[in-house]
Amino acid sequence: MTDDMAAIFREELRDLLESLERGLLDLKARPDDMGLVNQVFRDLHTVKGSGAMFGFTDLAAFIHEFETGFDRIRSGAIPVGAEIVRLALAAKDEIPGLVDGLPDPDGRRPAILAALRGLMTGVAPAVEVEAVMAGSDAATAEGRRLLFRLIGPSLAMGARPEIVLDELRGLGATDIQADITEVPSLDRLDSEQCHIGWTMTVPAEVTEAQVEEVFLFTDAEWTLASHAADDMGARADAVEAVVTEAVIETLAAVPMAAPSAAAKPIASREDRGETPAPQAGATIRVPAERLDALMDAVGELVIVEARLTELARQNRDPALMTTAEQITRLAAGLRDATMTMRMVPLRSLVGRFRRLVLDLSDSLGKPIEFAVLGEDTELDKTVIEKLADPLVHILRNAIDHGMETQDERAASDKGRMGLIELSAQHAGAEVLIRVRDDGRGINPDRIRAKAVAQGMISADAQLTENQIFALIFEPGFSTAEAVTELSGRGVGMDVVRRTIESLRGSIEVESKLGQGTSVTLRLPLTLAIIEGLLIEVAGERYTLPMASVQEIVELPADKVMPKRSGDFLDIRGRFVPFLRLRTLFEGAGEAPAEQNVVIVMSGENRVGIVVDRIIGTNQTVIKQMSKLHAGVRAVSGATILGDGSVALILDVAHLVSMGRVPGEPNPATREVAA
Amino acid sequence: MTKTVLTVDDSPSIRRMIAMTLQEAGYAVIEAVDGQDGLAKALATPVDAIITDQNMPNLDGLGFIRALRQHPQGKGVPIVVLSTDSEEGLKAQAREAGALGWMVKPFTQDKLLAVIKKVLG
Repeated sequence: MTDDMAAIFREELRDLLESLERGLLDLKARPDDMGLVNQVFRDLHTVKGSGAMFGFTDLAAFIHEFETGFDRIRSGAIPVGAEIVRLALAAKDEIPGLVDGLPDPDGRRPAILAALRGLMTGVAPAVEVEAVMAGSDAATAEGRRLLFRLIGPSLAMGARPEIVLDELRGLGATDIQADITEVPSLDRLDSEQCHIGWTMTVPAEVTEAQVEEVFLFTDAEWTLASHAADDMGARADAVEAVVTEAVIETLAAVPMAAPSAAAKPIASREDRGETPAPQAGATIRVPAERLDALMDAVGELVIVEARLTELARQNRDPALMTTAEQITRLAAGLRDATMTMRMVPLRSLVGRFRRLVLDLSDSLGKPIEFAVLGEDTELDKTVIEKLADPLVHILRNAIDHGMETQDERAASDKGRMGLIELSAQHAGAEVLIRVRDDGRGINPDRIRAKAVAQGMISADAQLTENQIFALIFEPGFSTAEAVTELSGRGVGMDVVRRTIESLRGSIEVESKLGQGTSVTLRLPLTLAIIEGLLIEVAGERYTLPMASVQEIVELPADKVMPKRSGDFLDIRGRFVPFLRLRTLFEGAGEAPAEQNVVIVMSGENRVGIVVDRIIGTNQTVIKQMSKLHAGVRAVSGATILGDGSVALILDVAHLVSMGRVPGEPNPATREVAA
Repeated sequence: MTKTVLTVDDSPSIRRMIAMTLQEAGYAVIEAVDGQDGLAKALATPVDAIITDQNMPNLDGLGFIRALRQHPQGKGVPIVVLSTDSEEGLKAQAREAGALGWMVKPFTQDKLLAVIKKVLG
């Protein structure tokens, strides 16, 4: 068995564990759903079977008893109970450790099995059966006569007498003769049956076990003469009889091809709103690093393509320009295909969250319904990976602090069952992920008081509710107990925001006191290549993510000279603050007479960016800034242009926040609210 | 002439392992993800042998064998059922459904080749 295969197994195991957990959690809610029981059984069965195949014998032995347990549930011998689901979940959690060969110092695994056996009292242990291909008896006679005849529709089943004869020859059989006495007349000839028998002499040392092995896959009557115990076919028949008896119980439990049984799992899958798993023939698994490497290569290709286009333009060679255009189209196609390949549905995270919600709801005694909407929404794999921890943190806060106790809920006329909703949807080049609860909400006065006490804002600062909620994400805003409902364990919300911003996303909180809180994450679809708007300021070129660009206007003549008070533009009756990049970046030289303002948006806020010149759109391959430049806030990365020069990518979220003067009402928000 | 084996299993790693082993030994391999898929593929392309799992969604191994044996082109193809130690009773059941043989999981690559040689010669 190669490492390759073990790696494939580990990949598969991840999916299996997810499916198993989902199945068990669903089973807890719908204990009568036999489709779920079957699914859980199949998952356990595959974990055990595949695990044993790939050498994880401890795993197989551990899971074996659970498989048996669910087999009995399938057969109706025992009902689904909360306890067995809990045990099975606990067992599921042990599986990664078993695969990695981690020790079990606390004896959790034996304890789980002991508890399971307690539940299963009266269950007979499964019969252990030897591998079929072995066997050796001692034999002592002289040369012995062997007779055999295939029985039943053996030819229809694919039995091949010539292979059997070859094997017998391999054992030393000689004097092989066909016995055609039972061949019927032509009109009664059954093409599915072998009417011919054979006789032969085999060496004395050939044992019954060896002969039995030859006929392992062939239903045959055979006798090995000069051994008293061996009547015609007795051995084979006796084995069959025992086996048949033992089967009956198992068989009752195995769903047959009957339409009702086959249709059920499909129906329940539809109930859950899931799409059926894609056919394996249509998908292949690729290690994530290869996708990363492919994305890097595509990124380089896009850069070279831009360079080629630039050269073609300079040389004014029509043939070269045509070729460059073709390359541009192909590179765009390749880029899109590659990015699509990297897309992973949010569902891959959801199983983990469901477990988290269940565990927390149990341990805190707050019954919670966890609804998930849009779990098919896809995001770049890197984004998904980095999203797990922040979402866990947000969910935990929502349950731990946002959700009231049962009594509090009853007192405020809410249902005892709290609701946590995780939703995801596409919005342009972004994905919105929202965690909403119907809990007690955040009290802005308390946050404000806390922020004043910590010296983060002045006591008379004029802040909108949104601005107050945004304070939660400030690093200084500690996770001390008074911080209200959104304080966390361990990491604070500032870490959450940092993570989201490192993904070029943003985070926003809305809350209504007494009605609930919702936290919204906005994330870019992809991290690697974006559509960019190339601009120029003081001879330097910069890129703005096209997705955040709203519109481009001319800078009105009366705004050309900087004023002391805040700079605002009147965009169709709404005030939008604007920043002068020339001033911000201390650019040299005079601004041209005509300047443009690019209006960009982040979250619900807008800001205008004054630039010397708009160059145009381009494919921006994002290169991370070095660690040395990690502290530069206004820039989120860099890209290489067609002529080989570097353009900095501006961090729109940061620019927008710079445009908002602290302590003043946010014009954009005010207008939106009006 | 290259012989073709159809492997029917809902576990991608088992399918892969069987396919890799048999391909290395010079067989052509077709993969199917469950009984329904297996039935469609077995009827679409003549195969020389079939290795099928029992526990699969949509259509299990025995159901697959029974359905296949109903068709003229499904007769005479040797079918090997994969079973585990907990499915001891399956062997007789598989025989009745029309399987030629069985193989107990876990199995080694050598054993798989031995079984295939046994049914294909």
